[in-house]
Amino acid sequence: MVNLREVRETNKMIQQQNLDVRTITLGINLLGCVTDDLNKLNRNVYDKITTTAKDLVECGKKIEAEFGIPIVNKRIAVTPIALVGGSACKSSEDFVTLAKTMDDAAKEVGVNLIGGYSALVSKGMTKADELLIKSIPVALHETDRVCSSVNLASTKTGINMDAVRLMGEIILQVAEISKEQDSADCMKLVVFCNAPDDNPFMAGAFHGVTEADAIINVGVSGPGVVKEAVAKVRGEDFEVLCETIKKTAFKVTRVGQLVAQEASKMLNIPFGIVDLSLAPTPAVGDSVADILCEIGLEYAGAPGTTAALAMLNDQVKKGGVMASSYVGGLSGAFIPVSEDQGMIHAVEAGAMTLEKLEAMTCVCSVGLDMIAIPGDTKATTISGIIADEMAIGMVNQKTTAARLIPAYGKKVGDSVEFGGLFGYAPVMPVNPYSCDDFINRTGRIPAPIHSFKN
Amino acid sequence: MQKSVITVVGKDTVGIMAKVCTYLANNRINIEDISQTIVQGYFNMMMVVDMDKCDKPFTDVADELAQIGEEIGVIIRCQREEIFDQMHRL
Repeated sequence: MVNLREVRETNKMIQQQNLDVRTITLGINLLGCVTDDLNKLNRNVYDKITTTAKDLVECGKKIEAEFGIPIVNKRIAVTPIALVGGSACKSSEDFVTLAKTMDDAAKEVGVNLIGGYSALVSKGMTKADELLIKSIPVALHETDRVCSSVNLASTKTGINMDAVRLMGEIILQVAEISKEQDSADCMKLVVFCNAPDDNPFMAGAFHGVTEADAIINVGVSGPGVVKEAVAKVRGEDFEVLCETIKKTAFKVTRVGQLVAQEASKMLNIPFGIVDLSLAPTPAVGDSVADILCEIGLEYAGAPGTTAALAMLNDQVKKGGVMASSYVGGLSGAFIPVSEDQGMIHAVEAGAMTLEKLEAMTCVCSVGLDMIAIPGDTKATTISGIIADEMAIGMVNQKTTAARLIPAYGKKVGDSVEFGGLFGYAPVMPVNPYSCDDFINRTGRIPAPIHSFKN
Repeated sequence: MQKSVITVVGKDTVGIMAKVCTYLANNRINIEDISQTIVQGYFNMMMVVDMDKCDKPFTDVADELAQIGEEIGVIIRCQREEIFDQMHRL
């Protein structure tokens, strides 16, 4: 039977160290909705989402009450819309109607975000993929809860540089269309290399075509818990440090596994995976950068940061894998700038640069995340940054992503305010030299040699 | 059988146990294990209880216990036992 010490430890994690379940994400397959009649397609999509997810929010609240653990977000991920709308949508405007339908359905069932306004174009773009990508700025601006992602590259296929070039322009358009809100629509758009089919985290969640009809994926979090645990072993050797992180990750993940199983039972929808991620929020004590400082860095970004992060990420996985029967999604430490108070401090102190962040993405999930850059950054430069990030993912056989915010009208030294869970971000300097001739080459970068494993 | 853990944390005062136990008895909730410590004047108590015979839904019991806590100036939580079991037991 449990004892008082254990009960106190668990409750201290929840109440003082921000332990929470970050998201229960319900994946819904929309392929069954496909028809060539746009009105009928919209109706089918709305009905499918609102029927499958009707009890999701209620179920989340019930689990929260029974176990006494906050479940911060209840969300939905759907089949990439470029596949669903392919035969009915003849223009970008047609695709926007689907985004609005997703938004309406999300509001009806009460989830705060819905992902899957996506296209998978790692090797080539279909006509539908291209129409969807071109509709992203308007689709994100005319909806509140829709998130969009585009998979531009993979280890198996290489990098689709035509799509990379196009996304540089699209990201600038998204920034411009939402200039009144500090280019906030950019937060709802992410580009990937090796995008996972079962990622529960936004903005990149979509329901992959390899998935069942409906599935429950859960994302856990707990940077605060890890930081507290690491603080207790200050000055100890790496063995002790690693063991401490591993044990803590195990405990955090077990809660995620429990919540996932419980939600699966209540909704009668199979359990997919637990995503073992350290996802920070701007709340004090809920920062991945603070863990790095506790490990021994003055600021995140100081020499040693990449090594410390590599170790942290690995230990989180080692502890988490044993705690869950199925692990998937992104699984690793997230290093967004705007959502992490410690990262913001590091940027403001001049300790953290875009280049260092890029190095860090080689050893952890997921990529250049929530980074504000000057609004006058050229589209080709944005494409260059994306291409670099895609190359890291492709060669290292891992997921990488980029969620950049070219803040309209802002320059280095300014900051952008997003509010709530998204925090604020200081505008970071970008290398001023041109990569125009590189980005303007057409075609794709071939898959690396080590992808030929058959 | 569904077991739950009730925790009480707060400044030590007369009658905390009496209040909680009376409520549990009135709602046919059986106490299976109980332990407590007082650290620096703060009362820390946990009970493992069996709610099988209780007619009220779990969330009502949790809310009512929290309410009693507010009345006597302590924090009372009621959570299903699995969250602790999962976290601390293989």
